[in-house]
Amino acid sequence: MTALLSVEHLTMRFGGLVAIDDVSFSANDAEITAIIGPNGAGKTTVFNCLTGFYKPTVGRLHLAKGGEEWLLERMEGFRIARDAGVGRTFQNIRLFPKMTVLENLIVAQHNKLMRASGYTVRGLFGLGYKKAEYDAVDLARYWLEKIGLVDRADDDAESLPYGDQRRLEIARAMCTEPILLCLDEPAAGLNPRESAALNDLLLDIKKEQKIGLLLIEHDMSVVMRISDHIIVLDHGKKISDGDPEAVRNDPAVIRAYLGEEEDEDLPEIVAQDLGEIDARPKGGDPERPS
Amino acid sequence: MAAAALDPRSIVKELGVTALIIGALTLTVVGFHIKDIPGGISLETRLMDVLAAVIVGVVGRGWLILLRHGRPVPVYATAFPIAALLLVGLLSETLFGAGGASLKAYLPFQAAIVQWIVTITTLGFGIAALVRRRQLIADARHPESVSGDETFMDRVSAGVQHSSLPLGIGMFVIAAVFPFLPFVNLQHLDIGVLVLTYIMLGWGLNIVVGLAGLLDLGYVAFYAVGAYSFALLASPDSPLLAELGIQQGLSFWVCLPIAGFMAAMAGVTLGFPVLRLRGDYLAIVTLGFGEMIRVVLQNFYSLTKGPDGISNIPPPTIFGYSTQPKMDDVTMQNTTDFHQWVGWKFDQVDTTIFLFYIILVMALVTNFFTLRVRKLPVGRAWEALREDEIACRSLGINPTNTKLTAFGLGAMFGGFAGSFFATRQTFVSPESFTFIESAVILAIVVLGGFGSQIGVVVAAIVLIGLPELFRELQEYRMLFFGASMVIIMLWRPRGLLAHREPTIRLHSLRRGRRDPATAEAGR
Repeated sequence: MTALLSVEHLTMRFGGLVAIDDVSFSANDAEITAIIGPNGAGKTTVFNCLTGFYKPTVGRLHLAKGGEEWLLERMEGFRIARDAGVGRTFQNIRLFPKMTVLENLIVAQHNKLMRASGYTVRGLFGLGYKKAEYDAVDLARYWLEKIGLVDRADDDAESLPYGDQRRLEIARAMCTEPILLCLDEPAAGLNPRESAALNDLLLDIKKEQKIGLLLIEHDMSVVMRISDHIIVLDHGKKISDGDPEAVRNDPAVIRAYLGEEEDEDLPEIVAQDLGEIDARPKGGDPERPS
Repeated sequence: MAAAALDPRSIVKELGVTALIIGALTLTVVGFHIKDIPGGISLETRLMDVLAAVIVGVVGRGWLILLRHGRPVPVYATAFPIAALLLVGLLSETLFGAGGASLKAYLPFQAAIVQWIVTITTLGFGIAALVRRRQLIADARHPESVSGDETFMDRVSAGVQHSSLPLGIGMFVIAAVFPFLPFVNLQHLDIGVLVLTYIMLGWGLNIVVGLAGLLDLGYVAFYAVGAYSFALLASPDSPLLAELGIQQGLSFWVCLPIAGFMAAMAGVTLGFPVLRLRGDYLAIVTLGFGEMIRVVLQNFYSLTKGPDGISNIPPPTIFGYSTQPKMDDVTMQNTTDFHQWVGWKFDQVDTTIFLFYIILVMALVTNFFTLRVRKLPVGRAWEALREDEIACRSLGINPTNTKLTAFGLGAMFGGFAGSFFATRQTFVSPESFTFIESAVILAIVVLGGFGSQIGVVVAAIVLIGLPELFRELQEYRMLFFGASMVIIMLWRPRGLLAHREPTIRLHSLRRGRRDPATAEAGR
């Protein structure tokens, strides 16, 4: 089976700064792939390359499904969403705040509705557009039921609580009917209960829609519970790749990310340094000549 | 009813301050009047007017205080009788014949227009008090529906938007019968045509600024492109037609769509390079473009005749018959004109009425187009782009094309309005298309409330119609113009009737909003 998404030798430089350095990985259909790593590891940059907000310096981003193939690094941002079917959410929520919840979900179906309205020309006279709009509302209602916001469909998106806004953004991305959904820290700022609800939503999307999910996450309770496959980045380099169990026990990961408190896993040289500092005499500065 | 306690001391203080301020202001502005007399000038005092202004101000302030404290009953109980008395005084001549004229002397102020304003304001207070009373009763019945954040005007805006259909029909009926109202004369008709032109421009710009959120300070450029395209095709004096060897100008109905198309092309051409800019930067560039067009018109002498302008633009025709007595350009014979064809006597009022209906229809087409397109995907995409461009891209919306359609369509309606301007004036020159025109059109959109169609109408009447009516007040009308802008910016920074009505609802409004079973799409 070929992977849904394969990233090969992705490198992104901003002037002298290398944000991503030769990263390769792949993500499969109907699986949740998580990208984790400490702050500044380059996770969001990978997303921005995938969704066309940045043009990668080097590398190939290959998306394939049902015999069709797309090379994302050669496409404009909106085409990646429209033609290749890559949906995304943002780290800081980007809804349309003054539009209603339902309108947010209808705007997501823009291209489908645009065709149905004959690129506005036919729609102006109301020919054949009504049916398409009903279908669009039905799809929106399906997702509103999934995220439990049917009652608030006609309220402004900005009036929703934070957790609901997060889930609405996911629903909006799903309304574009993507084949790959990229989620940038979906659990950020959520309380444990909302976080659990999010897990259920993501697992449900995986099961029902059979699409690939790619997520960046800091919240380990989310990552370890739902991911099928984890990629760990640190300072722009991939340091580990595998299923959650393998990554959890990977010494490189523990060193970079999880294991800062566990002395016994530190490399010997570091442990020695730490030991020296502890053993240092308390009374004065050992460097100063007496 | 929620009636807060009235503190007599603070009320006396507030009224006193009001009286002092109004007294001090009017004493200097209105109280002394310099008059030319033979052999010099003399100073005339108008203390009665000052006194009247103070009384009117104090009474109005008193009503405001009562309304603020939730006591509307005494307000309408006094406002309606006073308004009735004022009306009797104002209409005394019509009611009681010549003998009633003496009653007029008892009215405050000298200028009739000021008297009318006072009367209408008094009536307005009465109506506002009635509305407030109904609201207070409704709030008392449903205390949970009272929201603390909403101001009175928010609710008015929402109410206006919800009842936009009957309001719109009412306004349309008023506009449709306006030329035939008994007191309407040629001057009123001309003002009506002017106001409708600006309403149309406002609605056109509303597509760009209100819906798509692209701040365009050079809208007058498209107005100018439309007007000049029209003039060059329609006027027998046009250098373009002379170059092509055509002696007879084209008809209004042929030139109108061409002019609109030319303006739309100008919009798209300008749009390509500048639409990657946002906010203030876009505003500056469009401002520059507006000025560029004017400078080009001024200097491209071989095409536009520069500052001389293009004259002799024919008025619109009906079935090919001219509405003005005119000579054939080729044979130099008198042609059969419309009034001869139907056997009427020629009257300037009739042709103005004809113009009035043309611009009314053109404005209504603009309005229906905007209302319709808002509910189509492209309209929603415009609003979404205004809210967040990056999110739009992530949803597969092409930002450049979407913005270009908004710019082009807005420009097209500007071009139509420009054509109408050219045919009405029968003359175009670069002076008509200065930056101040763009500023006024933008002011109409901003003051009316971004994206509100009825708001544009109200603002156009306030900003264009009233200053024209106020011509007898001379320079004070510009004071009024400025004051109304300052007041609206302080009181309603997002515009007079800023309320966004969703383009689609899942739950019908009428059947209660928390009922998922009653789903209604569309509308």
